[in-house]
Amino acid sequence: MHNKSVAELSRELESGKISSLELTQQFLDRIKSEDGQFNSFITVTEEQALADARSADEQRAAGKATPWTGVPFAHKDIFCTNGVRTTCGSKMLENFVPPYDATVTENFRRAGAVCVGKTNMDEFAMGSSNESSYFGAVTNPWGLNQDEKRVPGGSSGGSAAAVAARLVPAATATDTGGSIRQPAALCGITGLKPTYGRVSRYGMIAFASSLDQGGTMARTAEDNALMLNVMAGFDPKDSTSIDRDVPDYTATLNEPLKGLKIGLPREYFSDQLSPAMEQQVRNAVTEYEKLGATVKEVSLPNAKLAIAAYYVIAPAEASANLSRFDGARYGYRCEAPKDLMDMYTRTRAEGFGAEVKRRILVGTYALSAGYFDAYYLKAQKVRRLIQQDFINAFKEVDVLMSPTTPSPAFIQGEKTSDPVTMYLEDVFTIAINLAGVPAMSVPAGFVDGLPVGLQIIGDYFSEARLLNAAHQFQQVTDWHQREPQ
Amino acid sequence: MQWDVVIGLEIHVQLATKTKIFSGSSTAYGAEPNTQANAVDLAMPGTLPVPNEQAFRYAVMFGLAVNAEIERRSVFERKNYFYPDLPKGYQTTQLERPIVGPGYVDIDLANGESKRVRIHHAHLEEDAGKSLHEDFHGMTGIDLNRAGTPLIEVVTEPDMTNAEEAVAFAKKLHGIVTSLGICDGDMSQGSMRFDVNISLKPKGSETLGTRTETKNLNSFRFMEQAIAHEVERQMDILEDGGTIVQETLLYNGDRDESRSMRTKEEANDYRYFPCPDLLPVEIDEAFIEDARNRLPELPDARKARFMDQYGLNDYDAGLLAGDSKLAAFFEEAVSHGKDAKLTANWIQGELSARLNAEEKSVAESPITGAQLGYLVVRIADNTISSAGAKKVFEALWSGESDNVDAIIDAKGLKQMSDTGALESMVDEVLAGMPDQVAQYQNEEDPKKRKKMLGGFMGPLMKASKGQGNPKLFNEILVKKLGG
Amino acid sequence: MTISRKDIEKVAVLARIRVDEEQVSALETDLGNILDLVDQLAAADTANVEPMAHPLNAVQRLRADEVTETNQREAFQAIAPATENGLYLVPRVIE
Repeated sequence: MHNKSVAELSRELESGKISSLELTQQFLDRIKSEDGQFNSFITVTEEQALADARSADEQRAAGKATPWTGVPFAHKDIFCTNGVRTTCGSKMLENFVPPYDATVTENFRRAGAVCVGKTNMDEFAMGSSNESSYFGAVTNPWGLNQDEKRVPGGSSGGSAAAVAARLVPAATATDTGGSIRQPAALCGITGLKPTYGRVSRYGMIAFASSLDQGGTMARTAEDNALMLNVMAGFDPKDSTSIDRDVPDYTATLNEPLKGLKIGLPREYFSDQLSPAMEQQVRNAVTEYEKLGATVKEVSLPNAKLAIAAYYVIAPAEASANLSRFDGARYGYRCEAPKDLMDMYTRTRAEGFGAEVKRRILVGTYALSAGYFDAYYLKAQKVRRLIQQDFINAFKEVDVLMSPTTPSPAFIQGEKTSDPVTMYLEDVFTIAINLAGVPAMSVPAGFVDGLPVGLQIIGDYFSEARLLNAAHQFQQVTDWHQREPQ
Repeated sequence: MQWDVVIGLEIHVQLATKTKIFSGSSTAYGAEPNTQANAVDLAMPGTLPVPNEQAFRYAVMFGLAVNAEIERRSVFERKNYFYPDLPKGYQTTQLERPIVGPGYVDIDLANGESKRVRIHHAHLEEDAGKSLHEDFHGMTGIDLNRAGTPLIEVVTEPDMTNAEEAVAFAKKLHGIVTSLGICDGDMSQGSMRFDVNISLKPKGSETLGTRTETKNLNSFRFMEQAIAHEVERQMDILEDGGTIVQETLLYNGDRDESRSMRTKEEANDYRYFPCPDLLPVEIDEAFIEDARNRLPELPDARKARFMDQYGLNDYDAGLLAGDSKLAAFFEEAVSHGKDAKLTANWIQGELSARLNAEEKSVAESPITGAQLGYLVVRIADNTISSAGAKKVFEALWSGESDNVDAIIDAKGLKQMSDTGALESMVDEVLAGMPDQVAQYQNEEDPKKRKKMLGGFMGPLMKASKGQGNPKLFNEILVKKLGG
Repeated sequence: MTISRKDIEKVAVLARIRVDEEQVSALETDLGNILDLVDQLAAADTANVEPMAHPLNAVQRLRADEVTETNQREAFQAIAPATENGLYLVPRVIE
């Protein structure tokens, strides 16, 4: 059962071959026996999951089932879950049990899905290797047979590892600079970052508000479509969510790709990319040509500035977003503060990890008097130039394709000493967040036994087309079905 | 040396919306601590702001009332600083693109002149919570019910030159926002809070001096005192050759002293940037027209109408029209009392004195406008004397009865106005006071005669058991005594 | 662009994060490297470019002025570090 997709499990439940209670118990058992080697969960909610499974079975018996009724899945521990600890990978929220749900959480609850737990992540979603989690690093299920353990990518490394290791068929995730696509690529699964504003951010703990976007992780494109059907939509509680119709993303999966115009951004096939990686990506593009797509080279001339702009805008927004963690109303408070200043400075020094503190300090600096224009304002202008590159490209082509990452999963500890080296991991994904367009990562081969991801980027609100393109690719390839040993 | 005083005001006006500016929590005053502080107000992780339309409507109405430009596109920014009453660690406010642009207000001065005070801008923002400093084992208690209450902060140009002008402006603004109904105007509860920026410069100099900001002025009287206090303090320093330190002062009205708020002085760098959780707000013509249609009569227009409709003089009309509740009270009273001038006198005399003495606002007056109106009717038709009227007023105030005529009857305050009866009483009294009558008639000086007339009133009032109409008694006396 | 120890100390106070002596040195290197990366921005020609605050060119929706929240004090204060009589307690604030 654990190898089946959400779509398949949904059919099994519908046919009555298995109950949600049995299915949920199977996944819980698997998490118990297997997750010791991955550390992909921070919290497993066994009792709640079994109770939810029972009521899902009742719903189904009453004829009130949705495709998700009774299907187990996991939430990234950034989505607030009423009554269930929500840590955001931080000591700051180690014991934080929110009395409210994120809108995404509520949506899955309403659909009848069964959440089995909360997945590990880089602290406050800041990281590309899942090594900044207060709850320990996550190990990539791929490369376990090699000498050294590999990172799963980040920040949604727990969700990606859990899906790759078949601990859950699907998991929610978030993407601020590549946090869905990069771990999806490194773990050999399929992930989608929707258009900014497509999925509500309410109750999703903020890192950088103008870049954060909730999205999906599963092994197949079809399952991503099923997830997005639940997650997407206008939310009156999120001022930046967009009031626009949500299509049935599964309805167009089987559209033929004949005539699809693919653009290959010159800047994303640079010398940062290893020849072996490039070969895998080009092979994938060839598959698309076989499916009737046409391919041309395009340019994103300002993409090279994306990392610089991102590392001003994201830390600046984060520096303010994380001010609420002050020890006054919830979360960690230092022992015996001697005065107010002491409470603030020690709570935040002890409650946040090194990477989070670095980014808060950088953001504070970039916004401070005398530097605002040179950093923040300049970065916002560069952001517009980058957006314009995408707008121009989509006048010529339907989708852009590129590698998701410059290299496959790296060894744990390899990049932790130098933050900047770690930041360069997101060189192909960051510009997409700045522009706000949607993008996916789809399994597209292996290098040295490690998965390679193909990034497919679309115009605003073109998620259906991206999912269609990914699904068609998965009909003629089986990279997404490979199981780590 | 002679000095010019330069004063600018920043006024925080709490908007009378039902809910907070960014959440659906109630803003009702006086609730148990933190019972109106919900996920968004507490800055719980992941929560997001959604702005209240009514706050924008009120801000636009205010802008129209002060002749200001309404900005079609306004932007919220984050002002970053840590304080326990500020849950997010930043205040959501407007800086570069405020909703209300430049405008002005004309104020009336005691010398009869009027002066224009320019408004630099007014912006929307959220209020902070409250810190309670009573001792909780050496800790401070935080109540976040107020956190997120919508405010408009009105910033004037430094156009005022003394306390009188500043207070006149403050009162005018108070009258405007209460007339608009966008603020309850209750300064003691912090619904309107005034900060005063004061600097001095040598007389005639073009260069502005270093300014200080005095906060916490929760009454017009304190504002006047604080300005006087600060001007004197700065003058003393400057005359001694010292320099003024730019600082924020907290005024204590009860002690008439101010002290520096040192904790807020350390390295302020608010790191403003546009709030990424909120989009630019666009106000269209229809919204502005709708706000314009909601504008009630404002103090200037009301004053003109009071002069025209009731024949009040400039001073009375300005005073009564300036405050919407006072104006409403006056109009209710005069609709029953008819005599506008007498009604105005009673409101500004007896009523104001009693309200002030008991620190009540006109809205809290135990006497209604209608009751005062009936009282005025009975004074005007000579049913009661002014001394009797005061007794009726007293009975109404204390709640003895709510009916003017019933009080007059019960207390026997009705004046005797039967001329025949009064004449015979005068005859009787004069017959018993032959010496005084002679003295009066021998006196040449009319002033002294008038004074001596008073000597007969006592016995007359006694004879009439206090019910004789003093005016009629007077007339009869003069006639009988031969002029 | 280099960042000085003094800058780091000032920013740490603004951000209310205690930074020990030995951490300042490490931060000097790390933040210096990050700012070097960021300094690439200076080369971009952004004359006449409007700053971009949001990916989508949308305008703010406004909410009707209706009370939608109820008293949840008990639930919220159950997860608070310190409360008394319905108040959140923090070390003494001196104004």
